[in-house]
Amino acid sequence: MKMVTAENVCYTYWKTVEQADGTSAQKEVNALCGVSLSIEKGSFTAILGHNGSGKSTFAKQINALLIPTEGTIWVDGMCTSEAGMLWEIRKKAGMVFQNPDNQLVATVVEEDVAFGPENLGMPPADIRKTVEDSLLRVGMTEYAKAAPSHLSGGQKQRIAIAGILAMKPDCIVLDEPTAMLDPGGRKEVMETLHRLNKQEGITIVLITHYMEEAVQADQVFVMDDGKLVLSGMPKEVFSQVKRLKGYGLDVPQVTELADALRQEGVDLPADILTVEEMVGALCRLQSTI
Amino acid sequence: MIRDITLGQYYPADSPIHGLDARIKLLLTFIYIVTLFFVNGLVGYVFVILSLAAVIRVSRVPLRFMLRGLKSIVLIIIFTGLINLFMTPGERVIFQWGFLTLTMEGVLFAFQMCLRLVLLIIGSSLLTLTTTPIQLTDAIETILKPFARFGVPAHEIAMVMTIALRFIPTLLDETDKIMKAQQARGADFDSGSLMERAKSLIPILVPLFISAFRRADELATAMESRCYRGGEGRTKMYVAKMKRKDYQAVLLGVVYIACIFALRYAVSAGIPFFV
Repeated sequence: MKMVTAENVCYTYWKTVEQADGTSAQKEVNALCGVSLSIEKGSFTAILGHNGSGKSTFAKQINALLIPTEGTIWVDGMCTSEAGMLWEIRKKAGMVFQNPDNQLVATVVEEDVAFGPENLGMPPADIRKTVEDSLLRVGMTEYAKAAPSHLSGGQKQRIAIAGILAMKPDCIVLDEPTAMLDPGGRKEVMETLHRLNKQEGITIVLITHYMEEAVQADQVFVMDDGKLVLSGMPKEVFSQVKRLKGYGLDVPQVTELADALRQEGVDLPADILTVEEMVGALCRLQSTI
Repeated sequence: MIRDITLGQYYPADSPIHGLDARIKLLLTFIYIVTLFFVNGLVGYVFVILSLAAVIRVSRVPLRFMLRGLKSIVLIIIFTGLINLFMTPGERVIFQWGFLTLTMEGVLFAFQMCLRLVLLIIGSSLLTLTTTPIQLTDAIETILKPFARFGVPAHEIAMVMTIALRFIPTLLDETDKIMKAQQARGADFDSGSLMERAKSLIPILVPLFISAFRRADELATAMESRCYRGGEGRTKMYVAKMKRKDYQAVLLGVVYIACIFALRYAVSAGIPFFV
């Protein structure tokens, strides 16, 4: 079953740009052109791309915050261009944004988690239950009464995830959720996401530019200049070191090292992504000598 | 240092007053303020002061927190006092100097006005000291709700207040950051004339405003993606329910009103002890 299906999605908007002589003009920007992809239910998908590659624009399409100017997106069989489906789609595919400060609404953690269910008009007793349950699932139960401004970045982002979980979605789209966090916070968030994916089968769509986060995904899409340029398993994608670098992306350090060694004639497999794999490959190499 | 500014002035404690329904507290405070202007005669004021003292005692909030609220309006009190002192017409003249006339009536009336102001401020700060901002916002929303059909945007007002409360610490943090960044580049906020100091705030305010607008935009997107579509069809996690002690508080309020009017009647009827 497909969670998200995009067919030839284009998104164009008009932007006012200032010209050299001080006057402003309207310029057409093609943020997305001809993106077609599909995301399986229960999968962990990473979408990579440098700044301005259109990856965030694509994320907002899944949540129906933006509607394609051409082409169609289906979220669990619902077409995002149909106005009547808007709230169902947003309930089905929740979205977490980059800046944790700018997506928390209330002054108390549990009130913030309750915001989504309250909007959906759930009965109060059910809200209570789902809020407690959601906080438990992201491991933030003890902070239920805390003020968001006293929490760390990683904790705030977990609260934001809990706020989405409380709406009982099948899919969570995260737009660079770790970009503003320190390494500790990044780890907290990533562990939470993997747990939700593995244990509860929630489809995760992670927009990121950290390669290390994409390595653990089931499937990777690479975007550049509004187009989908590469897709496949992490091993398939990251083995194309030269091409990725051409799109302004870094490959994991170990992969780059393996690539350099291979160019020097060392017989290493092309799909090394982690330090452990590298160690294994080098040990095997040593034993054959 | 900018972080030390406390949000609102809630004083956390575990008291019967803290535990009351915020709507009831709001209503009782309103009644208290209105009835304050019906009080006359010494016995009436003694009754109000004693009741207030009793409530403060029960609330377990130290008295100095109440008095802190008075500090900011000390000028207004003095001004009101002076105006009333000299502008009240009366017959029992104490002394006359040019156009200034001090009468016995003026002294009494000025004293009464100042006392009313002080009692008013202490009473209303008791509300904000024992109620969290969020409870207060919710209470305002439920109280305004009946007026929604006359075009009062009850839900919107409450939402705006909640978001404002939520973003005060965030924006204070940001101000601190911007100030440090400008200071690192040689900005000077602490010297020069008043005009110069005011001008030096511009490099803080401009980035602060720009970032506030950006935050507002992002927050609006995030709220929309969480299915926010205004107050219609929205439910609340906490449904405030009147408990037994809330009814008891209402009962006390009614008794209080009755006492105030009984005392007022006693004064106007000219019963000797109460005049």
